[in-house]
Amino acid sequence: MSLMWLIPSLAVLLVIAVFSVKRAASLNETSWLGRVGAPLVFGVWVLVFWEILTRAFDVPRVLLPAPSLIGAALWKGADVLRDDLIQTVLKSALFGLVMGCGLGFVSGVLIDRSPFLQRGLLPLAALASSVPLVGIAPIMVMWFGFDWQSKAAVVVLMTFFPMLVNTLAGLKEAGHMERDLMRSYGASYARTLFSLRLPVALPFVFNALKINSTLALIGAIVAEFFGSPTIGLGFRISTEAARMNMGLVWAAIFTAALAGSLLYGVLGWLERRVTFWHPSVRRG
Amino acid sequence: MVKAIVPARPTPFWLRWVSNRPEPVEGSPTLAPSMWQRSFPVLVVLAAITLIWYAAAIWLNAPQVIERVFADKPDWTLLDLAPLTWNMERPVLPAPHQIAFDLWNSITGWPIDSPRNLLFHAYVTSTATLLGFVMGTLLGAALAVLIVHSRTLDRSLFPWIIASQTIPVLAVAPIIIVILGSMGMSGLVPKAIISMYLCFFPVAVALVKGLRSPGVLEMELMHTYAASPSHTFWMLRVPASLPYLFPSLRVGIAAGLVGAIVGELPTGAQAGLGARLLTGSYYGNTIQIWSALVMAALLGLLLTGCVAWAEKALTPGVKK
Repeated sequence: MSLMWLIPSLAVLLVIAVFSVKRAASLNETSWLGRVGAPLVFGVWVLVFWEILTRAFDVPRVLLPAPSLIGAALWKGADVLRDDLIQTVLKSALFGLVMGCGLGFVSGVLIDRSPFLQRGLLPLAALASSVPLVGIAPIMVMWFGFDWQSKAAVVVLMTFFPMLVNTLAGLKEAGHMERDLMRSYGASYARTLFSLRLPVALPFVFNALKINSTLALIGAIVAEFFGSPTIGLGFRISTEAARMNMGLVWAAIFTAALAGSLLYGVLGWLERRVTFWHPSVRRG
Repeated sequence: MVKAIVPARPTPFWLRWVSNRPEPVEGSPTLAPSMWQRSFPVLVVLAAITLIWYAAAIWLNAPQVIERVFADKPDWTLLDLAPLTWNMERPVLPAPHQIAFDLWNSITGWPIDSPRNLLFHAYVTSTATLLGFVMGTLLGAALAVLIVHSRTLDRSLFPWIIASQTIPVLAVAPIIIVILGSMGMSGLVPKAIISMYLCFFPVAVALVKGLRSPGVLEMELMHTYAASPSHTFWMLRVPASLPYLFPSLRVGIAAGLVGAIVGELPTGAQAGLGARLLTGSYYGNTIQIWSALVMAALLGLLLTGCVAWAEKALTPGVKK
């Protein structure tokens, strides 16, 4: 296509795009279509322009492959990427997430009984969020080998502290009135914990779970940059990038992004089902 | 069966002694704990962690020591074993004093611009982090202003920015390194761009929330003053957004540091804490890895500490 035709047609397309996004954005916000429509239309137009511009200006594939090329790489590499997904997400990230969050939750419940330990541990646990914990990966690779166990160990360490801090904050959330009521019922510690304090703490626990789901994927992928068997999303991204096979790299990133949003979505769905009584979930 | 109501157990005397906690009195205002009351439990926990660490060092390093030193001396005791496990050349788990010595030696034993000095590596990593942090914050702020003032962008672009928080953005790091490397850029700029990318999202999301936080009352008050849009923006929206901005800046600079460290991995970079971690793991030099890790942790604390300090200075009176 010659440049003489390209620029006017691009301009026309741009006008149509802006107009349609504006139109979609002015839809009624309360309807399902109104909420999803605008981002969807916007996303589609971004893809369209990405495709046209990369093709028209012959952008080198190393810099930015067209979406259709990424799609083709995704299709062609589906088997490889599926195995990578199982290795990185199901084995490293999910196992580490369950272990780390479980440990953080249990320690939170235990530490909650001792004000002294709380005052000793909470400041340290809060500091852990500003420390690049993922750097522990080379140590874990030495200790647990190249396979997914070392990645899971990194994920355990990264997800432990947010869960601990949030569980402790959640257990504090039950009000005095409710606790006094439980006491006036003669309820035991365990009874109060299970009937009052843990349910009240659930929104905090879910908050930590959602933060941790992203952290777990980051941990599992980055830990693979420090050494891994020849499988895994992080391994795929780093080696294929070094081989300039950018289609597959972007396909792997797309897979990781999809896994991340899926995990987050499932947790969000679970949260709405479990904490249906919470004001932030209740409609109206 | 009716249970008897037992009065709440008083604090045990030893806990009262170590924590200085007065007996709770119903209805009395509680005083803020003193510096000592706040730091004492932390110190006790740190001491406990150190003890556990030394014990773990014995446990993890013992097999190597037994194999090398005690192979022909079967009548060894724990007292012979412990000092040896704490002073190995390449331990599985180095003892805390070994890490501290290594850190101290590297900082004081070499000139500041020598690649054997950890401060030099910390400097390399922190310049990339800070440059990326500034760029990411500016970009995020610009985008937030656009989103707040354009309904179209708010409805079409903002959901994507929120959704991007759920994906592991850091996975893009090797691509950025490769792309910019093929354009002839290496060293500081690619790392800074990764940091920028990581800082950008939290800042944009928080700032959109913050700029929207003034209520109808405040907006109408500005209206009765006949304030121009730019006045409303600078005198009302921006100050109101600061309490939202700072927590995301703390998140952003911590994420930016991780980004800069990860950005040093795939290039075979010579300098920076990430490169230090990687060479340590290549040569199995555990003490070097740990001292680089401690340096990275200190750097992270310093950077977030600076942001927290700026928060205190710029938003006085705001309670967290």
